[in-house]
Amino acid sequence: MHDRALLEASTFCFLLGFAYTMFVLGSGRFQPSRFNFGAMLGGFAFQTAFLVVRGHALNACPLTNLFEVLIFLSWSMVLLYFVVGTAYRLSLLGVFTSPLAFMFQTFALIAPLDSPPALRRRVLVQPWLETHAAISIIAYGAFALAFVAGVMYLVQERQLKTHRLRGLFFALPPIADLAVAINRLIFTGFILLTAGLLSGFEVHGVQMERNKIFWGIGVWLIYGGILQADKWRRVTPRRVAQLAVAAFSITLATLWGLNFIAPNGSL
Amino acid sequence: MDLFCLGLSHQTADVATRERFAFADHEIARCTAELRSRPELGEAVILSTCNRVEVYAAAPDAMAGFATAEAFLDARTPFQNGDRNALYRRDGAAAIRHLFRVVSGLESMVLGETEILGQVKKAYSVAAESGATSRHLNKLFQRAFNVAKEVRTKTGITRGSVSVGSVAVDLAEKIFGRLTTCRTMILGAGETSELTAKALMSRGAHGIFVSNRSFERAQMLAEETHGEAIGFEQWHERFDDIDILISSTSAPHMIVTPEKLGQAMRQRGNRPVFVIDLAVPRDVDPAVNNLDGVYLYDIDALQSIAAESMAIRRQELSECERLIERHVGEFWGWMLSAGMRQTAIPVNGVPIRSRAPQVL
Repeated sequence: MHDRALLEASTFCFLLGFAYTMFVLGSGRFQPSRFNFGAMLGGFAFQTAFLVVRGHALNACPLTNLFEVLIFLSWSMVLLYFVVGTAYRLSLLGVFTSPLAFMFQTFALIAPLDSPPALRRRVLVQPWLETHAAISIIAYGAFALAFVAGVMYLVQERQLKTHRLRGLFFALPPIADLAVAINRLIFTGFILLTAGLLSGFEVHGVQMERNKIFWGIGVWLIYGGILQADKWRRVTPRRVAQLAVAAFSITLATLWGLNFIAPNGSL
Repeated sequence: MDLFCLGLSHQTADVATRERFAFADHEIARCTAELRSRPELGEAVILSTCNRVEVYAAAPDAMAGFATAEAFLDARTPFQNGDRNALYRRDGAAAIRHLFRVVSGLESMVLGETEILGQVKKAYSVAAESGATSRHLNKLFQRAFNVAKEVRTKTGITRGSVSVGSVAVDLAEKIFGRLTTCRTMILGAGETSELTAKALMSRGAHGIFVSNRSFERAQMLAEETHGEAIGFEQWHERFDDIDILISSTSAPHMIVTPEKLGQAMRQRGNRPVFVIDLAVPRDVDPAVNNLDGVYLYDIDALQSIAAESMAIRRQELSECERLIERHVGEFWGWMLSAGMRQTAIPVNGVPIRSRAPQVL
């Protein structure tokens, strides 16, 4: 099976989850269901299969271009959802995660981000380089999930402020729980990103691009700043949610921009 | 074998009548066994709540069963004028439908309330333990519990809260999650604020502070709620310690302003606070709702949410009835296939017996 077919199947699963979310939102009977969880599980299985097939073909971790980075990011996000969603009883996180995974993968499939098989460069297999890249992307997966929890917080908070309690209000978790989840996800992402950056210093024999180093440190500083402000209670939980949404949006936008200025579109 | 139900409820009898017919908890097992021992009845369950007293039974002949159950009630609580008119008699599909509606909260005083399910489960359990139920009622009640579950999960009949107190509790839970760590302050010891505080306490909120112009009244309410009375001038000094503020003073001016609360919010490290303003004229300046972390609801907002929830529940009624009708049809089908009913008169897919009136 062609690896892109696996990715299309995965994207279709997330589309089903997304469409179901829209349908139940429209009907006003919004509740997390097994259907959404099943769609997420199916999407995750196909994502994993895609990464395995692509990794096997490259004989390396499939993180050689923006296309693969987006898929790996989507995979990390869904993986973390299965861990975090269960641990924090935030099953509804999946309802919001599937649209994001669908968007990432649709964009990756439609935009000309993937290199043709013949042109895919042979990657110099470097364990530290792969560790650095994989851990960093999983960290961004945690930030993506913090973004999702942030959106949920802002939606719920708005309903509480405006006194307009729609069907979604009863299904969304309490804002206190969401605030805790955002903090923990940012903390998890921050620790992983720190480990990712530190492992990058162990990479030898490969010229690391300056822009990427500054970008990585910049993202690390932004999330570190959010954590510190939250710890010192300088910002309200609402502001933390807004920052989680803004920080990830900026990270994603600059990641794309970085791809254009990187030589040969490599990351 | 026929199934039937004989009873009275808040729809047919006033509270004084219901009180006379009500069974005390300790009587139910004995009375159910006594009823079951009558040769005209094969099985029996007695349901007695503050809003209804009902006998569900399986009998070889429903008409004889009605007469026996009615005589039993009369012997226990001699009928007075009008009592017979308060009784309703349902048999066959109508009895099945009635139980399914009762257990789903469609016949409750507060549409969609869920307490009734626990009460029916308890009544059934008492009857089953005393050996008063067998094949028919076991099957009927198990199906009824499944119907109630399906109605609750597949429709919005239990959605939202329909009283000011329960709306406040729902909102508090959506802000703080569990209320076990929440502390509440009552500002102005009025009746509604007391009820609201008690509703919050019933879900785990503790550490009640009561502040009132009359310190004696504050002390009285504090004792009742196991809380602490504080002077009216000192309420803002304890603001750091609380999560929920219920205000219902008779002050002619706003006593909680954005200036006061803004400063207090900074001091409490931006921890969220739920402000419930039950006073008319209002105690809390509506502008405090613009502060980050402050969630203000006045009496109008709470009542409007309660009314909206009730409207949603009413809209769901037809969907609930459609679901129940399907189950009535299936259960009736099971009775026919099991040879429990000799005859059936299907109407619109659901068999209805016509010989007994629905409500007398």
